[in-house]
Amino acid sequence: MTARSSATWRDVAAPAQSRSAIVAGQASRGATADGGRTAASRKRARPALEAGLKRANFGDGPGLPTLLLLPQFLILLFFFFIPSLRALTQSVLLSDPFGTTVQFVWLDNFKALFANGEYRQSMWVTLQFTVGQNVLTLLVALVLAFATDHIVRGRSVYRTIILLPYAIAPAIAGILWAFLFNPAVGPLAQMLHALGIGWDPNLNPNHALILVVLTASWKHICYDYIFLVVGLLAVPVSLIEAAAVDGAGPIRRFVSIGLPMLGPTVFFLAVMNFIYGFFETFAIIDAVTRGGPAGATNILVYKVYVDGFVNLDLGSSAAQSVLLMSFALLCTLLQFRYFDRKVNYGV
Amino acid sequence: MVERAPVLNFFCHAILIAGALIVCVPLYFAFVAGSLTIGDVQKVPLSWLPGDQFFANLQAAWAKANFSRTFVNSVVVAFGITAGKIVVSLLSAFAITYFRFRYRMLAFWLIFVSLMLPIEVRIVPTFEAVANAALPLQWVVDALHVADLWSWISGHEITIALEWNMVNTYPGLILPLMASATATFLFRQFFLTVPDELCEAARLDGASPLRFFWSILLPLSVPNMVALAIILFLFGWNQYLWPLLFTTDKDMATAVIALKSLIPRSDSEPAWNVAMSGALLTMLPPTLVILLLQRWFLKGLVDSSK
Repeated sequence: MTARSSATWRDVAAPAQSRSAIVAGQASRGATADGGRTAASRKRARPALEAGLKRANFGDGPGLPTLLLLPQFLILLFFFFIPSLRALTQSVLLSDPFGTTVQFVWLDNFKALFANGEYRQSMWVTLQFTVGQNVLTLLVALVLAFATDHIVRGRSVYRTIILLPYAIAPAIAGILWAFLFNPAVGPLAQMLHALGIGWDPNLNPNHALILVVLTASWKHICYDYIFLVVGLLAVPVSLIEAAAVDGAGPIRRFVSIGLPMLGPTVFFLAVMNFIYGFFETFAIIDAVTRGGPAGATNILVYKVYVDGFVNLDLGSSAAQSVLLMSFALLCTLLQFRYFDRKVNYGV
Repeated sequence: MVERAPVLNFFCHAILIAGALIVCVPLYFAFVAGSLTIGDVQKVPLSWLPGDQFFANLQAAWAKANFSRTFVNSVVVAFGITAGKIVVSLLSAFAITYFRFRYRMLAFWLIFVSLMLPIEVRIVPTFEAVANAALPLQWVVDALHVADLWSWISGHEITIALEWNMVNTYPGLILPLMASATATFLFRQFFLTVPDELCEAARLDGASPLRFFWSILLPLSVPNMVALAIILFLFGWNQYLWPLLFTTDKDMATAVIALKSLIPRSDSEPAWNVAMSGALLTMLPPTLVILLLQRWFLKGLVDSSK
């Protein structure tokens, strides 16, 4: 119990607990958009407030809010809306390599993609990579979080070390692991060789895939870990004590109380891991394997880059972008479902 | 801790030590490799103890990756993204929470939509947009037939070709990475928890909206700004894909991109010792940030993930 009151942890745990309430309000449903407001202020109910507007506001100054929003909107317009729309339009156009003729081809670019064996291979590789990375990251993070929750001494030391990879750029993580498992000079590869395993990620597709999964997980475990630790801190001490009085041991308590209460957090993290695996691992792939050997680690984001900037096939690359966009949208919607669920074990 | 469980306790420490080792092994070997000569780094098996070439390799890496220039670029880009995003987000969050204007909900949704697509999925069109940011203006000019109008008025045939190329410029490296609304939402959520009484009191005292923003809201937001700044700094420093595409000029590369040139490829001299020193150097600034500001970093990490 003494450990649960460490100042740093409480500061972190507090926003996490209130987070689902705040974000649920923010998400989409207009009615409850006074999010973080306390029950006390809700008692003084005011008639029909606009969603997400302060009760005490500055009314309507048509000029000032526009001025305040202008920088954000200019940036979004130039670097978000116009590029996204261009991807959408390009994905239904076919232009020759010199850009002189442009033809409207309906969904031919998409059909061509799905008929393309390379793209299907890339989808399969991405699936293996993201699922492998997701499972490994979550499992290790769960075990570490359980251990952290159980011990009293040395928490902050362990936490500091385990959080380190967050500071390290994915590209650098890739370089570190590429060295460790380099078949010629890498110390860990040499150990594998000594054990009689013919480790060579430059030639063996499975080895390459394993290597990028390990690297991506190593970089991301810290993220899942911190959320799980914070989530476990939010489990009411009274519940744990009650279970202990009933004779449940620490592991039983973790499985029967901690894990179910972590359910929404785990779901959130699984979605975040997919987003990470799909989009943010570009640098790892580029630093470790460059998509090889023979496309064994050619994940979708890497393929968009190669097709768009190396092969200069804009229509196909745009169609791939659009498919990735739909996937990203799906992930975001899933996230908001999680926030809306507001799992409550209030006792 | 509810009961004493010495065995489990021991076991948990063992797990955590194993976890810490997994984190440290790649870093340790990077340090070892970074302190060997190029001959020693290729020996089988690799030495487990560091050599004495650490500083020599650091110097070699510093010179070879042009770090005296690329580190400056990284600092500019990371701080630019951090400062820019915080200022822009504070202003727009203030606008959508404290003003009742006609297109408020539309503004909210337009910002909200931008949360959904990471830059990686729109990388090619973003590149085109930034390679010629004036293209949308060109469409407007074309659509309005400005050129025809001019020739009709003055009798001279002209063509209007607008171009604004941001490749190899700091704005080109910074602005596209600011185009997301996570920070806006963080501040919006925070503003919604600020007591209404503060605003009412300020208005009674005759404070203008900007005065209220500057003297009350901004000081209250400092903890959130610091926490967010750390996350954004790490985000900016560790960028890879965008600077890779966007810096064709070596002098505009960021440190992480310059590091890439140190990695030995099959056809080059296997100078892993220099590459590892370079990797250690490049990861130093963000590592220092999260070690020294860990409390704020944790707050930022948990808050900013929406």
